[in-house]
Amino acid sequence: MQSKAASRFYLILRWAILGVILLFIYLPLLMIIVYSFSTSQSVGGAFGDFTFALYGKLFKNAKMLAALRNTLIIGLSSAALATILGTTASIGIHYMRKKVKSAVDVASQITVVNAEIVTAMGFFLLMIFLRDTVKTPINFSIGWLIITHTVITTPYVILTVTPRLQQLNPNLLEASMDLGAGPMRSLFTVMLPQLAGAMISSFALAFTLSLDDFVVTNINSYGANIDTISTYVYSGIRKKGIPVEIRALSTIIFVIVLTALIVYNVVKNKKAKEQAKKAS
Amino acid sequence: MKKAKVFRPTAFAFPYLAVTLVFVIVPLILVLVYAFRGADGSFTLQNFRQVFTEPETLRQLGKTVGIAALSTAICLVIAYAVAFVLASQPFNKMAILALLFVIPMWINFMLRIFALQSLLSVIGVGKGFAAVIIGMVYDFFPYMLLPIYTVLVNMDKSYVEASRDLGANPVQTFFKVTLPLSLPGVISGISMMFMPIFSSYAITKTMGNMNTTVIGAAIASLFENVNYGDYGYGSALSFVLLLIVLLVMFIGSLLTRRTAKAPKGGKA
Repeated sequence: MQSKAASRFYLILRWAILGVILLFIYLPLLMIIVYSFSTSQSVGGAFGDFTFALYGKLFKNAKMLAALRNTLIIGLSSAALATILGTTASIGIHYMRKKVKSAVDVASQITVVNAEIVTAMGFFLLMIFLRDTVKTPINFSIGWLIITHTVITTPYVILTVTPRLQQLNPNLLEASMDLGAGPMRSLFTVMLPQLAGAMISSFALAFTLSLDDFVVTNINSYGANIDTISTYVYSGIRKKGIPVEIRALSTIIFVIVLTALIVYNVVKNKKAKEQAKKAS
Repeated sequence: MKKAKVFRPTAFAFPYLAVTLVFVIVPLILVLVYAFRGADGSFTLQNFRQVFTEPETLRQLGKTVGIAALSTAICLVIAYAVAFVLASQPFNKMAILALLFVIPMWINFMLRIFALQSLLSVIGVGKGFAAVIIGMVYDFFPYMLLPIYTVLVNMDKSYVEASRDLGANPVQTFFKVTLPLSLPGVISGISMMFMPIFSSYAITKTMGNMNTTVIGAAIASLFENVNYGDYGYGSALSFVLLLIVLLVMFIGSLLTRRTAKAPKGGKA
């Protein structure tokens, strides 16, 4: 039997563990947010006056804005391509014979399990091969980055869409065809609407994976002079030349991500609770 | 009769299969080709000789395994403790609390590393080994936490209750019941951290010094030279990494198979 005091101590101990780790996670982010309102040369230096100066500077920094724009262009286009490619692939794979299916499953997991640097090196060699050996008029470019990001994020779309596809009632599709709709029409009017939720989740997943990518982008922007946020901050830290307005940009990104995720989850929990109430 | 009607739109997978062939399979073949190709285009083992005889490469490989093992172990212990607390009463009722621990996953990792590095320099931890380990733990923490937390929070609590009823103390219950049942989550967490560290040169190059490096950096640094032409050496190194990935996956699948068998009580 645990005494009351002991169980209370145990509860406090558990809160302490959570608190310390949360502090470890959020203190760095908080510090950047606080110092985004200071013109101090270094984070942690003398704070000086509270000011929005860095935010003004951010919108005048052409290189940083270009990196942000590239990140968004690559992220949105590759996520859209990956969602289309991955959803159609999931539907096709779903109807494959078992043996073919398992072979395709293995192939689709290659980039997921492989070391990212090897994948990046492979893309690099492919471009060199296409450009110098096959003499195709292509080169390292933002288009090439969109392609590479599409290739590495599509497997995650398949992983998201496939479970939903397996839950679908196969009778619905058959009913649609029995009632005279052709296979294509059945697919678009019966199956795709049921996959919409999974497609939205996979778009969001592919988008964040693309935003977060560093290795493939770093190696495949070789000679093309294209920066994304990741490569821009990386070379900034390495050359010790990272402009102070990066704190303003970081703050904007932190705040958008934090509020979006918290609002999304609060709404989701509320809906789930309401549904549970209705059901009971 | 019904068979004829079954709808098989396998053709929908063809664009993806074509993309996979050109952008996944062909690059791997190219890595293999360039690894065995000399500067003049003939077959050679010179690239592999360079990989295995250059003490610097081997040292980097050793350091990579060391950094990966140490930071994965530290991250595992912390993430397990947090997951265990989050899955226990009354914390398992607070969905938002668990969310707070994984939110950083959605923030650009380079910005997080920048933030962490700023904090470390304020509290006086300079670039070096300790900073690299902290950076790895910080970066991979949500990926380690999520699978362990998922397993623990979905675990049938009656196993733990049964163990307590039968007279085991909390410590015995943890090591004999909870930990073995959570192993699939632990293995998946480790696999999401251990191998990716091999490519995490962004962290070692920004937070480490000359002595802290991962093998991915050896490949990446070839690209910093504007007149990069040494594809052979980079390919051979990539090929060796590929073999390591296969080896680690093989060990991982062996472990998963063993742990998956355990709770079923010998049922095939």
